[in-house]
Amino acid sequence: MGKVMTGARMVIEALQKEGVEVIFGYPGGAVIDIYDELYKTEGVHHVLVRHEQGAAHAADGFARSTGKVGVALVTSGPGATNTVTGIATAYMDSIPIVVLTGQVPTKLIGNDAFQEVDTTGITRPITKHNFLVKKIEDLPRILKSAFYIAKTGRPGPVLIDIPKDIQQAKGEFNYPEEIHLRSYNPVYEPHLKQIERAYQILEKAERPVFLIGGGVISSGAHEEVLELAEKLNLPITMTLMGLGSFPGDHPQSLGMLGMHGTYFANMAVANCDVLLAVGARFDDRVTGRVDAFAPMAKIIHIDIDPTSIQKNVKVDVPIVGDCKRSLQRLLEIVKAVSKPKKYWQERFKEWWEQIEIWRKRYPLSYKYDPNIIKPQFVIEKLYELTKGEAIICTEVGQNQMWTAQFYKFKKPRTLITSGGLGTMGFGFPAAIGAQMGNPNKLVIDIAGDGSIQMNIQEMATAMQERLPIKIIILNNGYLGMVRQWQELFYERRYSQVKMAVQPDFVKLAEAYGAYGMRITKPDEVEPALKKILETKTLCVLDVIIAPEEGVFPMVPAGKATTEMILV
Amino acid sequence: MSERKCTLSVLVENTPGALARIAGLFSGRGFNIDSLNVAETLDPTLSHLTLVTRGDEQIIEQIIKQLRRLIDVYKVVDVTEEGDYVEREMALIKVRAEKENREEIMRICEIFRCKIVDVSPKTYVIEVTGDQNKLQAVIELLKPMGIKELVRTGTIAMKREKKSI
Repeated sequence: MGKVMTGARMVIEALQKEGVEVIFGYPGGAVIDIYDELYKTEGVHHVLVRHEQGAAHAADGFARSTGKVGVALVTSGPGATNTVTGIATAYMDSIPIVVLTGQVPTKLIGNDAFQEVDTTGITRPITKHNFLVKKIEDLPRILKSAFYIAKTGRPGPVLIDIPKDIQQAKGEFNYPEEIHLRSYNPVYEPHLKQIERAYQILEKAERPVFLIGGGVISSGAHEEVLELAEKLNLPITMTLMGLGSFPGDHPQSLGMLGMHGTYFANMAVANCDVLLAVGARFDDRVTGRVDAFAPMAKIIHIDIDPTSIQKNVKVDVPIVGDCKRSLQRLLEIVKAVSKPKKYWQERFKEWWEQIEIWRKRYPLSYKYDPNIIKPQFVIEKLYELTKGEAIICTEVGQNQMWTAQFYKFKKPRTLITSGGLGTMGFGFPAAIGAQMGNPNKLVIDIAGDGSIQMNIQEMATAMQERLPIKIIILNNGYLGMVRQWQELFYERRYSQVKMAVQPDFVKLAEAYGAYGMRITKPDEVEPALKKILETKTLCVLDVIIAPEEGVFPMVPAGKATTEMILV
Repeated sequence: MSERKCTLSVLVENTPGALARIAGLFSGRGFNIDSLNVAETLDPTLSHLTLVTRGDEQIIEQIIKQLRRLIDVYKVVDVTEEGDYVEREMALIKVRAEKENREEIMRICEIFRCKIVDVSPKTYVIEVTGDQNKLQAVIELLKPMGIKELVRTGTIAMKREKKSI
């Protein structure tokens, strides 16, 4: 017999059973009962955001930076719809979050009641799964299932819609210790025959490339990646989501591939004869024109989600399984066969020579200008000053790509960025989540002047929680990435990308009680960065950068990745 | 790659929203549904869905994988994959049946083993069961008489038991 309690209490009890210490939310009529229980509870810290989108992104940033499940709590109707972008962002990047939404009482559902919306209907295509609770008896099992589904298999967001009368109803709280769902059985162990085939292909390779994506981070396979790459002397490239899962300063790292990837990473992939892809899903920003992507390569693809395999590119050795376990099995074979390190060094010597030629021909670069700040210079300086150890959140657009190119991420879960959905306004609320989950780490949001304005209201949240987040605005007065496309592909017709009116970001920071600073000259960059890194409060550094600086290399959309526009 | 017709047997948790998930998957990812039939199974907690779709092998593989990815989907079988299956569909056809063509309609019904399940002074309602080709044939033959209403169930299908020699 479980203890009898209200549905609202069950929610709080479940959070505690799941070890949730912090949640992000915004109260409203349909969740007052849960907030009332929260009021009586020690040990679950609630972060009051200023817009529900911020709650979803913060839960997401918390999850990305800690590996735990992030939780958001919002009311029905607009509370729920405001989280939609945040849920979709988490869904595209396979981030485990649980979103709790209030709903009008069951009797009113379907009546167009005040603040009623079909939340499960709206979020069905952007959640891994969602639930509408109709009976109090179901609530404990649904709460358990939600956390279980969110964090297992290919992780993702799960939403629970809880009508107000269910929150008020009383029932027995039998929280299952474990849960088994007959229709949901993610495969973790890879097929050993397939792993053997993969090894045989790798052993015969002459020009291999190791491509890793976000799945390596979510399965915690970074150590296995490093071991395999070093043992086999493999050149390694990362998707945006994979950055940090292999040290960016490692000599075998080719950096990011794809639309704004390095010349040498794209050339290596285009010319490789074996591509070992792990936890990556061959997004169009990675492949460019699909038929010209790794055209000579036998592709080995390890992914926990069978739908990712054979979806965009044809794969020779499909392996369904957890990235970490699959790489462990592969390493077991590598160790059993036990070829000397020299074998792999000799075998790929010529290939590495070719790659080094590409690397020298077009390294990542930009033209330094003593009169105007180049954004790449800011990122480089930030990398030096933080030794590549900070948690870096980004918004979306040029700021994101410059960060991916010039900050050499060394550890997993240190780049927090919206890869799949490309959500402007993600970075700052995500930084709030990341800082809540990592109170002793340095958390920085690299923003553009467009993106930061999309969730700038969360400055109040950060101040209320006394979070010492550093916002660095790379301010070019433009929606820079769209401007860059207009410059390159639309004959410089700059349609609606000039942000002619902007707030004074320094004064705005001050209005929120934060520290604000503006710089316009390159020699101010280092002292300003030092200053904000030392300041123990929310900081906004407004960096006026070269207005028409572009992100290069660039593969135009739909072109082969070898058709890069270089600086 | 060439397109083929594919009949999928899908066992899905009998929960609200399960059908919407499946329908949404098809519309959201641009897959086709030719017909869809849903009913209870012997186990009341599971529903059985028969879904007829089209696509090349890669698309059909994606459809099956994407269906399996849904948390509520218990089992997906491509009934058409090995070719050895039975397929049935039922139609109710309300056809104009005046003096001059009643005989003819009854003859057609006899040939195709259809049943006349309702008779009014001016119409028959005909029940026909069979595979799609048979239904199509009956419909074509009845068209000249004047079909007033036509309702079809969509296909249901089942793999044949493996025959041992």
